[in-house]
Amino acid sequence: MLKWITLAPLVGAVINGLFGKRLGERLVGLVACGSVAVSAALAFAAFFTRLLPLPEGERRITEHFFTWIAVGNFRADFAYLLDPLSGVYVLFVTGVGLLIHVYATGYMHGDPGFYRFFAYLNLFMFMMLTLVLADNLLLLFVGWEGVGLCSYLLIGYYIRRQEAGDAAKKAFITNRVGDFGYMIGMFLAFTAFGTISFVAKEGLPSLLAQAAERPVEAFGAFGVLTGIALLLFVGATGKSAQIPLYVWLPDAMAGPTPVSALIHAATMVTAGVYLVVRCSAIFVKSPTAMFVVAVIGAVTAIFAATIGLAQNDIKKVLAYSTVSQLGYMFLACGVGAFTAAIFHVMTHAFFKALLFLGSGSVIHGMHEEQDMRRMGGLRKYMPITFATMAAGWLAICGIPVFSGFFSKDEILWRTWATTAVPWGKALWAVGAVTALLTAVYMTRLMVMTFWGRERFGHDDHGHGGHGGHGGHGHQAQPHESPPSMWMPLAVLAVLSFAGGFVGVPPALSSLVGVHAPNHFEHFLEPAVAHVAAAHGEAARVPTGVSVVYPTGQSFSGVPAEEHHDVGTERLFTVISVVVALLGIGLGWLLFTRQPVRPMPTLLENKYYVDEIYDGAIINPIEQGSRHILWQVVDVRIIDGVVNGVAQLFASLAGTLRLLQTGFARGYAAMILAGAIVVIGYFAWR
Amino acid sequence: MIPLSWYLALSAVLFTIGVVGVIIQRNVIAQFMCIELMLNAVNLTFVAFSRYLGNTTGQLFVFIVLAVAAAEAAVGLAIIICLFRNRETLNVDEADLLKL
Repeated sequence: MLKWITLAPLVGAVINGLFGKRLGERLVGLVACGSVAVSAALAFAAFFTRLLPLPEGERRITEHFFTWIAVGNFRADFAYLLDPLSGVYVLFVTGVGLLIHVYATGYMHGDPGFYRFFAYLNLFMFMMLTLVLADNLLLLFVGWEGVGLCSYLLIGYYIRRQEAGDAAKKAFITNRVGDFGYMIGMFLAFTAFGTISFVAKEGLPSLLAQAAERPVEAFGAFGVLTGIALLLFVGATGKSAQIPLYVWLPDAMAGPTPVSALIHAATMVTAGVYLVVRCSAIFVKSPTAMFVVAVIGAVTAIFAATIGLAQNDIKKVLAYSTVSQLGYMFLACGVGAFTAAIFHVMTHAFFKALLFLGSGSVIHGMHEEQDMRRMGGLRKYMPITFATMAAGWLAICGIPVFSGFFSKDEILWRTWATTAVPWGKALWAVGAVTALLTAVYMTRLMVMTFWGRERFGHDDHGHGGHGGHGGHGHQAQPHESPPSMWMPLAVLAVLSFAGGFVGVPPALSSLVGVHAPNHFEHFLEPAVAHVAAAHGEAARVPTGVSVVYPTGQSFSGVPAEEHHDVGTERLFTVISVVVALLGIGLGWLLFTRQPVRPMPTLLENKYYVDEIYDGAIINPIEQGSRHILWQVVDVRIIDGVVNGVAQLFASLAGTLRLLQTGFARGYAAMILAGAIVVIGYFAWR
Repeated sequence: MIPLSWYLALSAVLFTIGVVGVIIQRNVIAQFMCIELMLNAVNLTFVAFSRYLGNTTGQLFVFIVLAVAAAEAAVGLAIIICLFRNRETLNVDEADLLKL
């Protein structure tokens, strides 16, 4: 059953890839959406009819297909694991994926590469599902690389555009840097534990269970677990666009908008979070790694948010917003709130996919215009897009009862209350400021796009004047998108609104008289490791008995929440809401008055990070390659050696050639001389 | 009875004439004949020793040499005919394509 969840999109990809050209748009769309629909149906069936009925703590379905590699004591199976963690991922990947496939049939309508697009998109689904269902690090890496490949193919989908090709290469190469860390981390894990499997099997122990038995490594000490955790995190920074490897994601917006929504917002970029949470048993053993994760997450969050504040391309704003939100997820991982991280992954998948698809709808309606400075006042032309995007906007800002509110609030609160890493309060402050910035830039985006006077059309100053004075030429009236595009938007809007209710913390649900644990967290608990309550102390005493529950081996059943002060938690909820409202208010005041206002140059130029990377890394490598590796090492040394050897033999042969006079009598004389020498030798010996 | 040394001396003289002939002659047919002369000089040595030692193995060898010489003559003459047809000359010094 798990097999067909992944294989259905692969079948779709094969059909569309091989025969798509002859099938025509309708059939290609049907195959693509149909295969993902089958996958989604199976995923929901597997989740609700097979995984959920299992008792808590034993929710784990494995499916073994074949032993892929067995060398010595190394073994990697092609086997799937469905547990609460991969279950959540499979649900939103197939669900959001299906919606985006449907949307893309509308968005890509009339594109000559229609079939190619859907073949790639289906292949992506296969790879992404393999990634989340994999039961060992190596198979996960197959999916990891597979989604990277599809990401490359889809960013560079518009093959005639130079910047699309460049962006694709940038994404691919930046990810290679991260993958390097991943691989070394995997090798180290195998060296340390002799296994890379997530689950214990016959003759194959579980990596995570073994890691759970190790003592906690002291803060600042670089033990093997810290090494593995940090190396895997390097891989995660590449895939999930964290500092310092985030630079590829904003450029990746050169791909079609459904791709940005599916791959670069909802699913693939959260693979890094998935990896960290999947290996949480390793991470909790290393306060050092946790601290690094938290700090990188927090810094990325605020860094990207400030850049997002000053971008004018609607997709760029959303891209930086994605980087920033991913930072939140890593912050949550770093402070030990793995369930909150996954919760935010899920809600983010809803509202960010919605926002991207909405921006795609705007771009579509504006005839491929992406610059927000030439939008404005669109809400009367695109009422449905506006309404749905507004839901996404409120969700990402964290307005109560929208999904983002619950997940973001959870992360901020857990950051404040963390005992896993030092500086929790400072990290919280960073997170809170980021929340404010998020509200400001998202409000800016909404205001610039949907409110204010219309800045499109032929004449910049003649608002509303596109009817009469010749604005028709290249700028027709903006229009609402077809149903195939707005229907997925509507579904996602509902999810963005209501998706958070699966994870309402007790501190809030008790306000309305419901006394229930946080369902989402409760459900995920068995699949993630816990940071021991007294982690700070345990970290200082390396010999301290581990209080950390190994993955799936034991289940506390009591969310850590209940130890906390409910009153404080509510206070922090109020603070987050105030911060969000403040941000929206600030954005509203600033940008309704002057939508196209000059932003700080430093931010507009993204802190010159691309230029710094160019100067510090890419240029030296290029110059070094050109002037040393090519012109000296290759041309002089390598070619020199090869050519030198050839020349040596050529000159040697040139000398020897003189012996071949061509005179038969000369040869006869030589034979004679030779014979005399031989005879002489024997005679005089 | 003529002593063995006379035979050997005659054979040596014939062989030397053959060698010198091969080296100084330009005509390929003359060279060819000189080679035959060298072969027969060796044959003479074989026969002389065979008789001297009372052992017929030497005489047997002569038959083998004669057979080889016959084969060599067939091939050699064929080559010479080919050479002449192609270059209209029997001068070996002009057949120097191998030099390049």
